[in-house]
Amino acid sequence: MSKSVVKLASLYAIGLVFGLGISMSGMANPAKVLNFFDVFGTWDPSLMFVMGGAVVVTFFGYKRVLRRPGPLLETRFNLPATHQIDARLIGGSLVFGIGWGIAGFCPGGALPALGTGRYEVIVFVAALVVGIFIAKALQKATAKSKTARA
Amino acid sequence: METEFTPFASLAGGALIGAAAVALMAVVGRIMGATGILAGFVQPASSSDWTWRAAILAGMLTGPLAFFALTGGFPEISVPISTPLLALGGVIVGLGVTYGAGCTSGHGVCGMARLSPRSIVATLSFMVGTAITVYVMRHVLGLGV
Repeated sequence: MSKSVVKLASLYAIGLVFGLGISMSGMANPAKVLNFFDVFGTWDPSLMFVMGGAVVVTFFGYKRVLRRPGPLLETRFNLPATHQIDARLIGGSLVFGIGWGIAGFCPGGALPALGTGRYEVIVFVAALVVGIFIAKALQKATAKSKTARA
Repeated sequence: METEFTPFASLAGGALIGAAAVALMAVVGRIMGATGILAGFVQPASSSDWTWRAAILAGMLTGPLAFFALTGGFPEISVPISTPLLALGGVIVGLGVTYGAGCTSGHGVCGMARLSPRSIVATLSFMVGTAITVYVMRHVLGLGV
């Protein structure tokens, strides 16, 4: 079997495990996600267990994996190069929070949920993609006007 | 609308999400961020950059089927708000995650697990944003209760 087939098959399997995890966890269910934030109403603390489980497993797993010289099927680890904490990061994240608080879906919860074929998920993901395109276009435009001024 | 407290299923689901994140790093050396994977899929930099994202997304989409095979039912999805609000929320999420460069999986799981200060700040910011929004939506505007 060629290396690229092995790679695509592993990536598919990884996506499947992620999608199964999302399905089990309740992250694909807006009512449940929103209830986590509704401490003064119908509070459901389940999401704390999702985040806890995911972060602890990833913390110890990354520790082991990142000790290696590189990943199995690529030449090097591709870790985020940006370390800047600025208004864009905080503002963007706050805006994401507003959208998440309205819709109850986050991208990682909604993508696997697409597999159920439910129209609500399709509506959300389509709108999400529109939002990404608008943001990319805005970023491009502001970058251009900055270079024009410089 | 009340939802059942599910500590065990949620913990197990979270552990699987973590396992997938670790495996992705071990195999191709990448962060498991749904935002990044989706953004590069709808606007690919090259065809090889598109293929790996398509493979993961295909896996994600079959997650509910695997859940069906194990439990005999699809995961519960209840949307407590109207379709126009859902779409509005989707567009806002898309704007936010692009400027914030990540979401619950990228910043909240992978970045927090790496103890990245940037991701910790991002996660706190969106959690605060979500909590305030849910409070305003439900207890001020009376929407989606």
